[in-house]
Amino acid sequence: MSVDQVRPSANGSAVAGARPTAVPAAKSRPRRSRRAGRWWTPWLFLAPALLLFLYFKFIPMFNAITMSFQEVQPYLGNKWVGADNYKTVLTSDGFREAAWHTVVLAVGQTAGCLVLGLALALLMEGQSRRLGFIRSAAFLPVVVPIAVVAELWRIMYHPTGDGMINSLLGLFGSSPSGFINDPHTSMASIMVTGIWRGAPYDMMIFLAGLGSVDRGLYEAAKVDGAGRFQRIRHVTVPGLRSVFSILFILAAIRGLRVFTEVFLLTNGGPDGSTEVVMTLIYKLGLEQNRLGVGAAGAVLLFLATLVLTVCVHLFRRRGNE
Amino acid sequence: MSAPTETALGLTESRSIGGRVVKAVTYALVLIVFAGPLLALLVSAFNHVKDPTQLSLIPSGATLDNFRTAFDQGVLKYLLNSFFVVGGGLLLQVAVSVLAGYALARKKFRGMTVVMVAILATLMLPEEILAIPLSLILADLPVVHFNLIGTLAGMIVPLGAWAFSILVMTEFMKDVPRELEEAARIDGAGDLRIFAQIILPMCKPALGVIGVFGFTMIWDQYLLPLLVATDSSSYTLPLALRTLRIDPSVTPGVVMAASLLALLPSVIVFLFFQRSFVQGLTSGALKG
Repeated sequence: MSVDQVRPSANGSAVAGARPTAVPAAKSRPRRSRRAGRWWTPWLFLAPALLLFLYFKFIPMFNAITMSFQEVQPYLGNKWVGADNYKTVLTSDGFREAAWHTVVLAVGQTAGCLVLGLALALLMEGQSRRLGFIRSAAFLPVVVPIAVVAELWRIMYHPTGDGMINSLLGLFGSSPSGFINDPHTSMASIMVTGIWRGAPYDMMIFLAGLGSVDRGLYEAAKVDGAGRFQRIRHVTVPGLRSVFSILFILAAIRGLRVFTEVFLLTNGGPDGSTEVVMTLIYKLGLEQNRLGVGAAGAVLLFLATLVLTVCVHLFRRRGNE
Repeated sequence: MSAPTETALGLTESRSIGGRVVKAVTYALVLIVFAGPLLALLVSAFNHVKDPTQLSLIPSGATLDNFRTAFDQGVLKYLLNSFFVVGGGLLLQVAVSVLAGYALARKKFRGMTVVMVAILATLMLPEEILAIPLSLILADLPVVHFNLIGTLAGMIVPLGAWAFSILVMTEFMKDVPRELEEAARIDGAGDLRIFAQIILPMCKPALGVIGVFGFTMIWDQYLLPLLVATDSSSYTLPLALRTLRIDPSVTPGVVMAASLLALLPSVIVFLFFQRSFVQGLTSGALKG
């Protein structure tokens, strides 16, 4: 308060003479100008960020949209083809199949991660040091680079009886599975790997959310004679509402844009049984040079994530009111 | 004192024998499922593996052979590439984020909302979707016409634009008390000085968050290096794992040895800076 009062008088006298540049600005906007400095100062601080975002986010986004309406021909100039690329994408069987696989994978992984993550969080809620250790150990898959996760699971999924998971399953008397080499089990295998890596992440967020659930409600529920299951259903789950919707959006987007683990585990095979939108876009754009069609696919994928995000936000806002 | 430890399941405080058994079994199961595969990786990396197809959980004599073979295959170079990319990328990302955070948190100016919304919007823009146009841009940067394909710089520069770090810095810098800044200004300090000597030192926890988070995120990068790298001389270690695996003379033990080197840095960073990391996770996820 006192600082603000000193300023105008200082401007009027000695300081004005010492710093003549400050005077005109000070006259038009007496208080703001000093605090804000010259108008371009914030832009100077923002310049590196704006430049990088322009180059690596905004221009690529703009290009993706324009390319999706063009037949992209390096060295020959691009030809405007209107909605042809979109028509190609939407009518091609390969794309429709990939879209379906993507949705299946996204739904399965999202559900698996949420359920398993919540279960883990409920099991491991608490303060003891031993629990902290177990939580950290369970969390490790999240920080392991995805490329390592894929190579590790590839070897564990070895399709013969002496493969690691197969020999474990053999202990329970089940016959060896082909896992990622069998079109019937490939999708589920990728899903399991994704859940293995995603569930501990959800667990950590759930744990943070559980910390803010009102402890008194548990006590009250106990007094009312509620069992564990009822406590979870009527106290914990409602208390975690916002956590659920955030995790849902994150997991669903993660699922829709899935690339690296599919690329490394199966690269779409066997028989295209695990081809997802992103691996298809990669093949179209960077291996077959059909950049326009690839871009159209990417734009559609982006729209899908956007619609999903907006829907969940709307849904949530209505729920809160 | 029992009230604060009350949990949803009430599992942790159960003291009966049955409860303890249930607890022990569940935790053991959790450890087997989530840490078991990583343990298998560790064991296989140091194991004599004769069988070229599978991992073994049971150690059969420790050896460094797998690492030796991996180094013969150039793993050291890939590791150095990875370190170079993570070092440069993190430095750039942190520098860009603190500067932008300062402007967005401590200044009021026309167009601020537009900038903020534009940066936040990129959070919803998965990098995978930009893969194709990004690779074209990296081959020929608009205006300056640099070709970054095949260079490590091409994997580093795009990492500077990460909205999460800017968001964390902005939120944190907003909480630095105005009075400190006012006092410095009266003493005649300019913006650069206030930024460097007042605001930045107060933001150490946030720097920790974006540092740790940025490190693991950059170390995990796959698609960007894949778009940029043209031959093995610019491969990062995660990219190199695939080429190693495809080589028929290489056993899983060697791939696991290289994998161990590829996962150690981010695991170490996580274990040492768990608090910052979890803080970053929750601030990133629970804010929306």
